[in-house]
Amino acid sequence: MALVTIRSLNKTFQRDSQPIVVFDGLDLEFAEGSFTALMGPSGSGKSTLLNLIAGLDKPTGGTVTVGGAEVSAMNPTELAAWRARHVGFVFQSYNLLPVLTAYQNVELPLLLTKLSKRERGEHVRTALEVVALTDRAEHFPRQLSGGQEQRVAIARAVVSDPTIILLDEPTGQLDAKSAAEVLALLQRLNREFHKTIIMVTHDPRAAQAAGAVLHLDKGVLSA
Amino acid sequence: MKYFPLVWANLMRHKRRTVLTTASVALALFLFASLRSVVTTLKAGAEVGSESRMIVQSAKAIVFFLPRSYRERLLAVPGVAAVTWADWFGGVYQDPRNFFASFAADAESYLEVYKSDLELPADQKATFLRERTACVVGKHLMDKFGWRLGQNITLKGTIFQGDWTFTIRGVYRAVDPAFGEDVLVFHYEVVYERYPRWVNPGWYVLQLKDPALAPQVAATVDAMFKNSADPTKTGTERAFNANFMTMWGNVSFLMDSIGMAVVFAILLVAANSMMLSARERTNEVGVLKTVGFTDRLLFGLVMAEASAIALGGAALGLGAAKALYRPSGFSAMGFLPGFDVTAGTLATGVGIAVALALASGLVPALQAARLSAVQALRHVE
Repeated sequence: MALVTIRSLNKTFQRDSQPIVVFDGLDLEFAEGSFTALMGPSGSGKSTLLNLIAGLDKPTGGTVTVGGAEVSAMNPTELAAWRARHVGFVFQSYNLLPVLTAYQNVELPLLLTKLSKRERGEHVRTALEVVALTDRAEHFPRQLSGGQEQRVAIARAVVSDPTIILLDEPTGQLDAKSAAEVLALLQRLNREFHKTIIMVTHDPRAAQAAGAVLHLDKGVLSA
Repeated sequence: MKYFPLVWANLMRHKRRTVLTTASVALALFLFASLRSVVTTLKAGAEVGSESRMIVQSAKAIVFFLPRSYRERLLAVPGVAAVTWADWFGGVYQDPRNFFASFAADAESYLEVYKSDLELPADQKATFLRERTACVVGKHLMDKFGWRLGQNITLKGTIFQGDWTFTIRGVYRAVDPAFGEDVLVFHYEVVYERYPRWVNPGWYVLQLKDPALAPQVAATVDAMFKNSADPTKTGTERAFNANFMTMWGNVSFLMDSIGMAVVFAILLVAANSMMLSARERTNEVGVLKTVGFTDRLLFGLVMAEASAIALGGAALGLGAAKALYRPSGFSAMGFLPGFDVTAGTLATGVGIAVALALASGLVPALQAARLSAVQALRHVE
């Protein structure tokens, strides 16, 4: 069963007076519980697709539906609420808030819920346990290695138990060992917790960790 | 409340900048409160005088003496219950900077006319009246110089040249703080012995039987001396004080202008600081939006930071002004008796702080709210 359904997707950017077409009628589905790697050269539209699925960007035409909700039709306030509940996003450069501890960074999405402080604490500890960083809860990002920072970012992405996890080059800044740890963690999230994962990557080893690989080139899918 | 750690962490991101910005706001509001208090104290001083006392001064100017022979004629004016007089002595204590109001007065009548405004123990009053070289001193002046009852103090005359030694025999308290406790009063006879031709009333004070008689008494007195060599100008003590305050020129306008200029300058500093702070975090705004923070929430968080700086600074600045002036008895060498930061000034200061928070936070808050997540994330990535 498809969790993400993309129909007739068009996306055009305007650079000065020059229109740049990224997608022109793209149709695509991601099954629930799948772990898909999106590969392709720079400028092929991978990150744009991820942003459109996350509701961070608006399509020029067509629809993006996630879990039955038409993301492309939502207004900014609805999108923010929807993202808080359904999307976990992981960036290439971790993007942890440097002034917050690992615990506080992971807690961020939960601040948007009605959970009590105690309940938030339980969720954060669970998420940090999943990424094996409970002993680093009070550390600031600058006190963590790159791999640990990315694991904290993954904990932040999963702490609210989202419907889908989107990752944009999660291993792009990591050494081989840390990258392997992160990929193992993603596989565990997919297999044990049945999380639907879409990961943009340039790294063939990362793609191997996924159950399926899609190639994008100039906005067009290829096998 | 759950967002407090996030706001606090952002404020502490650049501790030095936050501290300096808050300190600049605090200093601005301290200066504002101080300058505004000069205005309110002057206004309060203009209203402190009694309506049942009248001041008779030279029609030419306050610096001209009036003859002592006027006393008996003033006493005979219908509606006048008592008459006293005093003259500005203008002495300094040890150093020219230690300048304060000192009056050579007709002591007995002076204390009688001012008995409702000055609290002076009866035994001290009696001792003062007995001793020619005695003086009475306001409590604040005593505290300022660390004087004690019975101490001999020597003033250096600026008008009446020479050293003048007095024994402190009485310490008065003002019933109304605006009356002030910064005056030294002594027997005019002391000066008279050395300068018999020079010591005359600088002004007379008339105690009225009924305040309603004031216009009639004023007209009678001024008419009585109209064609003399020393014509008079008579008005209520309150009007006299108000006129005296106008000698400061348009101080209110000046003080308010300086105060607002200072606040405006600090507003620019605070706004610049807030915008710099927000700009540095554009990428983080994108992250928070990706996590699900709404535009309104981000607007509120940036405004909360601006408010914390502005209101924190206001609390420090206004609090320091309130805590410093009144308890220390500051009176600008007696020229601003009862100097205090009023509730109105504090309320205006808080209003300025709120305006400061809005003005400094609004632009970065709107920027944070309006920026799309993708634009914000691209800022660095």
